[in-house]
Order: sequence, then structure tokens, then C-alpha cells
Amino acid sequence: MATEHIVVNCTINGESQTFLANERDSLLEALRDRIGLTGAKEGCNNGNCGACCVNMDGRIVNSCLVMAAECEGAEIRTVEGLAMGDQLTPLQNAFLEQAALQCGICTPGFLVAAESLLEQNPDPSEHEIRYWLAGNLCRCTGYDKIIKAVQQAAGQSVV
Amino acid sequence: MQAVKYARAESVEDAVRLLQEGGDGARPLAGGTDVIVQARERTRDIDLFVDIKHIPEVVDIQHGADGSLTIGAATPCYQIYGDDTIAERFPILVDSCSLIGGTAIQGRASLGGNLCNSSPAADGIPSLIVLEAQVEIAGPNGRRTVAVEDFCTSPGRNVLGSGEFVVSLSFPAPAEGSGARFLRFIPRNEMDIAVTNAATQLRLNGDGSVAWARVAIGAVAPTPLLVSEAAEALVGQPLSEDSIAAAAAASRAAASPIDDMRGSIRQRVHLAGVLTERTIRQAAERAA
Repeated sequence: MATEHIVVNCTINGESQTFLANERDSLLEALRDRIGLTGAKEGCNNGNCGACCVNMDGRIVNSCLVMAAECEGAEIRTVEGLAMGDQLTPLQNAFLEQAALQCGICTPGFLVAAESLLEQNPDPSEHEIRYWLAGNLCRCTGYDKIIKAVQQAAGQSVV
Repeated sequence: MQAVKYARAESVEDAVRLLQEGGDGARPLAGGTDVIVQARERTRDIDLFVDIKHIPEVVDIQHGADGSLTIGAATPCYQIYGDDTIAERFPILVDSCSLIGGTAIQGRASLGGNLCNSSPAADGIPSLIVLEAQVEIAGPNGRRTVAVEDFCTSPGRNVLGSGEFVVSLSFPAPAEGSGARFLRFIPRNEMDIAVTNAATQLRLNGDGSVAWARVAIGAVAPTPLLVSEAAEALVGQPLSEDSIAAAAAASRAAASPIDDMRGSIRQRVHLAGVLTERTIRQAAERAA
């Protein structure tokens, strides 16, 4: 069957983008294979792990569960859009200071999800942080450090 | 991913036409959190997604002047639990929508999709049943309405015919003195499929007796179940340990679950009783 290419116009990390994709591509495949933004990771490819988490029109989504074709007119923010050049966000710095990553595969998803939480709830409780991030899995089981990093980024005292 | 095509429907009529032309391989695309996985893993034969999210009626929340509610089938969960009027008048929908998947799933997943996926363990459907939701269906022969408890027919199957899709869900205004609660049992705190779930809505008279009730249980039968016998055990008398125990026993009797990796038959039957009891008590607290 001949591959149908489609043209998608959207905004990615504040910049207008037009890209070609296969009609069957997910947003994750389009980001990684068409646009060259490899920050979002493919973990489970079925919505369980959160490694592909990106922000779409103001809400976090699993980009493996979004068709690229659906992104016409959408505003997408990925982990690449967090830092300003070498200037990391407070959350990214907190991840470094709290050693909130080991292998790092889950980190882009956690960063995008946690940034979204702090946008909506600048002073979340530990329970709210854990609940919000429940869809992000870390195989290295570094959850406590990740929670502490989010608390630090929220300006909370971290023991 | 199989070679799936994508079409954006601009109106209900447009969606019906696209679905009809697409035949058996065409599926409506709302949040995609089930159907994209099914296409990718080939558990369903899908070659066309008809995106229904650009039809205003399908992504809308409408509060009637009489307190009734209509939710577009593709309205994502986060918009439902973020709606202050829903939180005040229909808190059981917040119970369900905040338990379907994690945050990123709730950014896309919808109650209409949860219903049409027709899982026996769906966390939206028992709440829809006890709220007496009516399912608005559009198709080649126009529109029809189905009571939500009659919608699912077996695991993954429902009453939708060729070219049909769910447009919206409508809920009558909750009567004065009514309260409703949904609960789910899973081995962790979040992000899991129900071992068993349950919902109760009841209305209390001024003297504390139960005027009306509706109980539904999930993951204990091929479809989510309305348990009329549980409601009958409650109505016409004040809530008591005896009446609540009788309702729980009715739910256990109605349950006919399977053994699988999530739970045994015995555990699920037990849970159907426990969750019935707890949703009754907590629905009564909300009614008070």
C-alpha cells in the first residue's frame, strides 16, 4: 500500500513548524523521526509509562497516543522547549541537585509533566505531586528524589 | 501501526458519512487512548480514524437551566473534573474522570470513549448508569437515544451499528436530597485497571428514609451491571446496617466475574459487596 504523506502545520516550542508525516505516524514518531526532537522517549508505546509526555494545547498528553495528523493547528511543547539555551529552568536544576535521575530515559517525561503541574499548582502537596506524576514510570525507582526535586522547584523545604 | 488513515469530521453528518464510507475498519477518534493502542497492537482491525473532536456538540459541556447536564462524547476528562458546576452537582463524575488513567491520559480520554470501548472494567460506566445517563447516537438513519445500562453488550462490544457514533451523554438534574459516589479497588493508588468498581446514587427523604436508589457494579460481569435488587433493598426505609448489608448481598449475588491476573472470582465477588456498601454510605453523606 502506497504511503500517504500529510502536511501538518503546528507550533512547536514557540516556533511555527510545517512537517511531512506518514498518515499513520503518532506525534511521538513525528517529533523524533520527522522533526528531529528526540527528547520525548518511546517507552511502552501504549500510554502506560509517560516517557513520551509532551504538552499539547496546555495539557500534558502521551505523544504516542496522539496521531500526528491531529496536531494541525496545535501548540506543542516538548522537553527541548524548557531551557533557554544553557539556562535551565528551576525544575531542571532541582533534578540535577536532587540527583533525580539515574538512566535518564524517564526524565524528559517527568520534566514536562512536573512543569505542567507547577504551572497549574505552584505549591503542590506531596500527595498532589505523586498523584499528578502517577502516569510517569521510572524503572530506576528514583521516585523519592523526583518528588523532592519537584518540591525544591516549588520553593518548598526539602529534607 | 497498521496503515490507518485519518479524516477530520467537521459536523455530525460529516462524521456519519465518513464512518459509513469507511465501513467496518472506520472508527471514531476522540482521545484515542484506547483506539490508537488497538490499531497499533492490531487488537482491532482499524484502517480509518474519523476525528470527531472538531464538532462543537461533541466536545461541549452544557448545563441546562433545570440543572440537567449534557457532555459531548469526546470532552476530555480534565475538562469534566475541572468544571465547577459538575463538581458541585455531579461530583461522582469527578470521582470517575480523575481515576481514568493518569494525568496525561485524562488530557485526552473522554467519557464517550470510555463508554464506547465497552470494557467490563470501565471506570466511567457505573457512574453513568447510576446517573441515568442517556446516550445520544447519530447514524445514517438519524439520531436515537439509548439508556446507558443498555449500551454495552459484551466485552468490547456495544449497540452501535454501522456508521453510528456517540454524540453526547445527557444527565437529568439530580433531585433535591440526592448524592452519588463511585469507588474503585486496585492494588496501587492510581493508574490501574479496576479489580472491581461500583457506583451508587440515592435520594433521601426529609425523614432520612431512602426515596430512590440506583447501584451499579463493574469488572464482575461481561458488561457493567445495573443491580436493581441492591436498590430495592434500600428504598422505602431509613439507611440501616441491615438494609446496607442486604444491598451488598444483592451486588454479590449479581456478580459473575472471571478469574484473571487482576483478581480472583472470590475476591471480586467480595469486593462487589464491600464497594456497594461504601458507595451507599458515601453517597448518603453527599446527599445530606
